[in-house]
Formats: sequence, structure tokens, C-alpha cells
Amino acid sequence: MTHDSLDSPSRRRALGCLAYGGAGTLFVLAGGTFTPLDLAAAAADAAYTAQLGRPLFVQLSDTHIGFNKEANPDVTATLARAIDLVNAMPAAPALVIHTGDITHLSRPSEFDLAQQLFSRINAGEMHTVPGEHDTSDAAVSEYFSRFGKASNNKGYYSFDHAGVHFIALVNVLQFKPGGLGALGADQLAWVEDDLKGRSASTPIVVFAHMPLWSVYEPWGWGTGDAPQLLAYLRRFGSVTVLNGHIHQIVQKVEGNVTFHTARSTAYPQPAGGVGEGPGPLKVPADQLARVLGISSVSLAKHPRSLALTLADRTLA
Amino acid sequence: MSPRTLQVTALLGALFAAHAGAVDEETIQVSAKNFMFTPATITVHAGTIVTWVNLDDEPHTISSDAGLFRSPALDTRERFSFKFEKAGTYHYLCTIHPRMLGTVTVE
Repeated sequence: MTHDSLDSPSRRRALGCLAYGGAGTLFVLAGGTFTPLDLAAAAADAAYTAQLGRPLFVQLSDTHIGFNKEANPDVTATLARAIDLVNAMPAAPALVIHTGDITHLSRPSEFDLAQQLFSRINAGEMHTVPGEHDTSDAAVSEYFSRFGKASNNKGYYSFDHAGVHFIALVNVLQFKPGGLGALGADQLAWVEDDLKGRSASTPIVVFAHMPLWSVYEPWGWGTGDAPQLLAYLRRFGSVTVLNGHIHQIVQKVEGNVTFHTARSTAYPQPAGGVGEGPGPLKVPADQLARVLGISSVSLAKHPRSLALTLADRTLA
Repeated sequence: MSPRTLQVTALLGALFAAHAGAVDEETIQVSAKNFMFTPATITVHAGTIVTWVNLDDEPHTISSDAGLFRSPALDTRERFSFKFEKAGTYHYLCTIHPRMLGTVTVE
């Protein structure tokens, strides 16, 4: 790897101290593992920032257009704020990925408003997966009639961009006992086939709505058959798994696989197991923007590899 | 309160209870509240209409495991009804919160 600065003892100490700093946290992929780095520190180190590369994509999640309860009476305004942040990035990201719960009640008017807002995003393409709130109409057709084309209405699909292989998965249409999400045998077989013959050095980004790892099973925050998916991914040198659903950042690294859940742009939820159950968490109005946000991933080309870096930022 | 008033109240109560019992033969209400169906298990006669009402701030759906019925997302205080015509045991869940389970047994 060419992240020499990461190897200096002083920076390593700084990394330890600065994780989850106030300006946002940047995750630097070095040797297959993400390392947290404070954004303010990164900004002060021009040489280091230069290695972070150009914006590859922005992740939006859990926009819940249509939600109007006290945890956030104006989710349209907070999504608009998130879009303003994307449009203010120094370089436009090539892609926007939405990890589901675009709408709150799967109603046509909610999808219409969401799409109208999305059309203002200054980015190349938008890719989506559905959340369980997007498939809650009786016919399960509203999401697919608008976003189903990329996948022949299956919901799951893959594509390549800038040398990175992206896999979009659906884990909200089948359930395992206890309320965990599921991918199902057909989708797993499709993934296995999709990955067949791909070089292990290809960076892989997998995205789906519900966490593809066990964040908190008593609240259904996981995907029952995700271990089979991970078995297919294990041979790759760089795998980034991005999810939403829980409206807060939780991350872990397992071998070459980095798991990361994004903030919502609509409302926060309690940490797993805190309080009676998952659901909108009311915070003081002046605190709300600090618990909502977006994630972005940049790509840097190094002599022998591609490096992905992930940054979270709040709407504050 | 006079003894006479008490007597009348008791009589009205008995009448109301009998009336409510008769109504229960045809319609049953299940609430979705605190992320639970209450009552989660009901037994009804064939021909009964079951009405679910969402009393939570979060939306819920009523979705039969066997695909017999499926409501749209119910916002707070919205309702969904289904008439059970045939005897059998029908399991359902909320597809937004799939830990929420319920069963209707039709005799």
C-alpha cells in the first residue's frame, strides 16, 4: 500500500485519539481494512488528502418521504439539506446509492415527491434498493414500477463502475423467524453466479437495506442467510458492505470485509436494545441535524491497487 | 348513588355486555400497538370480519403468510378488514416489523 503516512507512529496514535471526531469520520481502506481518521485532521494534511482520491459515490439512506411525526415533521427539508451537501461537494460524485426506505408508506405521492427531490442531485447515476417501507403497498408494485427496470423487476442487480463491482441486494421481501431479513435461495444463487470468474483483486461494494450482519437480532437488525453471501465474498481482497435501516452508524471489520450502516436523512433510532424497541427517536429540534447525515466513498488509484475511502458527515 | 340507580346501571351493563357479545359473532377488532398485535391469537366463526387498527405512530401492514390477504401500509389510526369465509388457521405478520406475528383460527 502507498499510505506511508498511515504507518508513522505519530499518525497511528492520532488515529486512535481522533476516531469519531466532531467534523465527521473518514474511513481509509488500507490493506483491506478501514481505519478511522478524523476529517479535520485529514483536511489539515494536504499531502494525505491528495491520496484520498475523487468522489466515487454518495450513499443516501432512509429518507422516509411521507413521515410527519414529531421526530421530524419535515423530512422533505432534511432530504433537501442532504442534497445541498452532495451538490456542494468539490467534485460531483459519479453515482448516488440509496439504501432504501425512500418512502414511509409506499404511496405514489411519496415516491413522486422523492423522485422530484432526487432529480436535483448533481451526480451521474442513481442506484437504489428497496426498504421494507418501500414495499408496504398491497400489490408491492410502487417501488418496482419506478425503480425495477435495472433488475428486470427482481430488485437485485449488479454493475461495474471505475473498476469497482457493485452488487445491489434485496433483503426486505422474505423474513426469517424473529423478524430478520432474508435474501432467499434464488438471490444467493444469482450472487454466486455473478461473482464467478471475477478477479479477487476487484473491489466489491455490496449494498442492501437491512444490515447484512447481526447488529441486534432481538430487534431483527440482521439478515438470516447473510453468512452464505459472505462465504461467496470472502475470497475478495476488498469488500465494502453498506446498509441502512437502523438510522445510525455502526461498523465492523471482518477480514477483508468492512460493514457500515449509514445515518438516515429523516430521523434517528435508538441504539440496539436501548428502550422498548426500534422506532423514531425524538431528539431536541436543535440536535436533529447532528444525528442525520450521508456517507460518501472516494476512489484513489495507487500503483498496484484501488483504494476506497468512506466518509460520514452529518447534516449539521 | 341511590340503590335504585345502581340497579339500573347493573341492568344496562348486562344489556350492553349481551349486545357486545352478539356483535363479536360478526366482527372482531385486533389492534397493532407497541409493535404487537393484540390479541395476537383469535378464534372466530366462519364469516367473521376481522378489522385491524394501527394504534402506533409507526406504520404497520397485515400480511397473510399464505398470501390470502395483504393490507397496504396502515398509518396511525388507519384500519384494514378481511372477512374469513373458510375454516382454517391463518398466520400473518407486519412486513415492516416482521417480529409482529398474529394468528386467526376460523372454526
